Amino acid sequence: MTQAAAHPYHSYLAPRGGFWGVIWDWATTIDHKKIGVMYLFTILFMFFLGGLAAIAIRLELLEPVRVAADGTVTGQLFRVPGGDIAANNELYNRIFTLHGAIMVFMVIVPSIPASLGNFCLPIMLGAKDVAFPRINLLSWYIYAFGSLFAILAIIGGGVDTGWTFYTPYSTTSDPNHWRVVFMIMGVFILGFSSILTGLNFIVTVHKLRAPGMGWFDMPLFIWALYSSAIIQVLATPVIGITALLLTFERLFHVGIFDPSMGGDPVLFQHFFWFYSHPVVYIMILPGMGVITDIIAVHAHKKIFGYRAIAFASLGITAVSFLVWGHHMFASEGELAAAVFSALTFLVAIPTAVKVFNWIATLYKGSISIDTPMCYALAFLFLFSIGGLTGLPLGTLATDLHLHDSYFVVAHFHYVMMGGTIIAFIGGIHHWWPKMFGKMYNETGGLIGCALVFIGFNITFFTQFILGANGMPRRYATYLDKFQPYHDISTFGSWILLAGFLVHLAVFVHSLIAGKPAPRNPWGGLTLEWETQSPPDVHNFDHEPVVTHGPYDFDTVVPPYCDEADFPLPPDVGGAHH
Amino acid sequence: MSTAPTREPAWQHPTHAEHYRSHAEEFDACKIGMWLFLTTEVLLFAGLFCAYAIFRMKYPTAFSNGSHYLNSNIGMLNTIILLVSSYTMASCIRYAQLNEQRKLRFSLLFTIACGAAFILIKFLFEYMPKWAQGKRPGYLFEYPFATDPHEPLWWSVYYTTTGIHAAHVLIGMICIFFIYLGARRGKYGPGHYTGVEIVGLYWHLVDLIWIFLFPLLYLIH
Repeated sequence: MTQAAAHPYHSYLAPRGGFWGVIWDWATTIDHKKIGVMYLFTILFMFFLGGLAAIAIRLELLEPVRVAADGTVTGQLFRVPGGDIAANNELYNRIFTLHGAIMVFMVIVPSIPASLGNFCLPIMLGAKDVAFPRINLLSWYIYAFGSLFAILAIIGGGVDTGWTFYTPYSTTSDPNHWRVVFMIMGVFILGFSSILTGLNFIVTVHKLRAPGMGWFDMPLFIWALYSSAIIQVLATPVIGITALLLTFERLFHVGIFDPSMGGDPVLFQHFFWFYSHPVVYIMILPGMGVITDIIAVHAHKKIFGYRAIAFASLGITAVSFLVWGHHMFASEGELAAAVFSALTFLVAIPTAVKVFNWIATLYKGSISIDTPMCYALAFLFLFSIGGLTGLPLGTLATDLHLHDSYFVVAHFHYVMMGGTIIAFIGGIHHWWPKMFGKMYNETGGLIGCALVFIGFNITFFTQFILGANGMPRRYATYLDKFQPYHDISTFGSWILLAGFLVHLAVFVHSLIAGKPAPRNPWGGLTLEWETQSPPDVHNFDHEPVVTHGPYDFDTVVPPYCDEADFPLPPDVGGAHH
Repeated sequence: MSTAPTREPAWQHPTHAEHYRSHAEEFDACKIGMWLFLTTEVLLFAGLFCAYAIFRMKYPTAFSNGSHYLNSNIGMLNTIILLVSSYTMASCIRYAQLNEQRKLRFSLLFTIACGAAFILIKFLFEYMPKWAQGKRPGYLFEYPFATDPHEPLWWSVYYTTTGIHAAHVLIGMICIFFIYLGARRGKYGPGHYTGVEIVGLYWHLVDLIWIFLFPLLYLIH
């Protein structure tokens, strides 16, 4: 692809005007790349807030709350005057709610689609922008506005309902207080942001693919974003109406979820999980997409089973709407529980298809052990543990023992954090040179990755053991026998924190003093590697024409790369050139 | 290229955002986007219909009493008003395609007027008298002649479903008003009627939801 530039190169990051000019330029931009970067930094900021809460939770659990014979209380993180245990526990409830609500609604749901997806999707399709750029900007403002509601609720003292807002607790705790309403309205508003992003992606994929790009020529990251966008559009309205009804319940006591009026709190659970189960696939599908691209590019190998992975994404989307009842085995009828349990096992099939395809892709690949690849390998390891520990939770008999225990906590942290967040950080490293035109320090990245991987396993693997031994979730204190495990878990959280701080330092260092990035540092074949780093305002200097598949590493030398660095396989390469 | 005379209506030179290849492609994209948005609206109301179904199954007497309290003549009148407004909204697209600008503007205003009539009738003849009688949702319920203990829940379902629907009517009216402002500037015509069509789609959905609400709330005893 060597064509004369049709117009001079203007980096999308180049400042326009003075300080206020730059602020105004970013605040009113409809460029999907800038919006993606804005999302990236707001999401990372929220991740920092949620992470602080996580560290506080682990600190509280370093020691159980003990009352000595003389009445002195030890083991309280929040030393309330007089050692009031109830007040300490109440604060603990607020902090884990804060952690859950921020991490779910403000970090993991938007994480990959809104930041990396926004940045990459149009470029990977060869388009100049998403279908509706103004709506894209609007979705960022809605996200910021919704987060503001949630932050106000937190500053005002926090909410103690847990991120699931189960009724009747969420309608009766803190009588007449506005904070729960603010938190719920925040979730309602954030839903719109998610819907608009998903809607934009679906239309963009349908209408704005470059000439020559059929559905099966799209990178698998796009397939994953498309599949999760379908869930965003179809599931999010249900949390919208649930949040609205909960607000009515809170403000006017309409009684729809109130058993004393004939209402049904289990109906709330159904509504809530009808959204919140599919939403875990909104979280994981883009992560799987990132991993697919990282593995193919950093192993320089054609992806194994392209169509199987694409259809597995759609398959997960389809199954995602049929399994919400597995969150409610303890509160629904036996027949329903059995049906939901059976349906839940279906999820394992497309998921396993993907995992085996990734491993098959690695086989005989020429693997570069760099930070994105290490994160992809970490993902394979952690996500497999997370996925396989989902099976005992989907089995009725074992779930009755494990329900609401630390086993569940460990399971979903292995999938949500070990899956999505790990893929997110891997993806940030993968596309960092493209986004900012700077390379990051590879050694720093690898150290960070190692710390995160080790810290994560120490923190959360112990929680499987805790849960299997009967430690229930959401308590500020525990029996003495659990203390060794809780202590190991807390030490692990510090290693995890250190890993993230290393990454932060690597990113800051890269922005200030990173080496300029070439167009195609990893030897990728998808369209984003054919444009400049950072890309031109219009993404490409000419409308790209797609002439090869996204993973044809066996027949195509990556554009803007030295053939010596990325040799074609000897048996195939010669014949095709 | 010479600049177009200022009198010439904008629709004769339909432009498209630079990331589209043609105006037709942009039109298609907008329609897909709107249909997707309508899907989200359907799912939003699906939650309410689901709550209705469950509580109707649990408390048939309360719901039967409830629908007897409603005046189906007023409901019918409102149904007719919305159906007529859907017809005038559909005509708007036809008038834009035929470049009948005066009829287009009139139909848009007429559609807004129908929406306003719907909301006024709902408030003046349904919400206000019922509220005054104590037929209110949940804890606010004070109707002394209720014969079933779950009637407050019926009113909760009634007020939330019709209230959220009325909010959609209001939003639709605002959107149509913006289309009317565009139509006054000569924005729409045979070459370009994207806005009219997608707002029309929204209006038909609002109408359709009422078509389901009306029999469920007023007619089934």
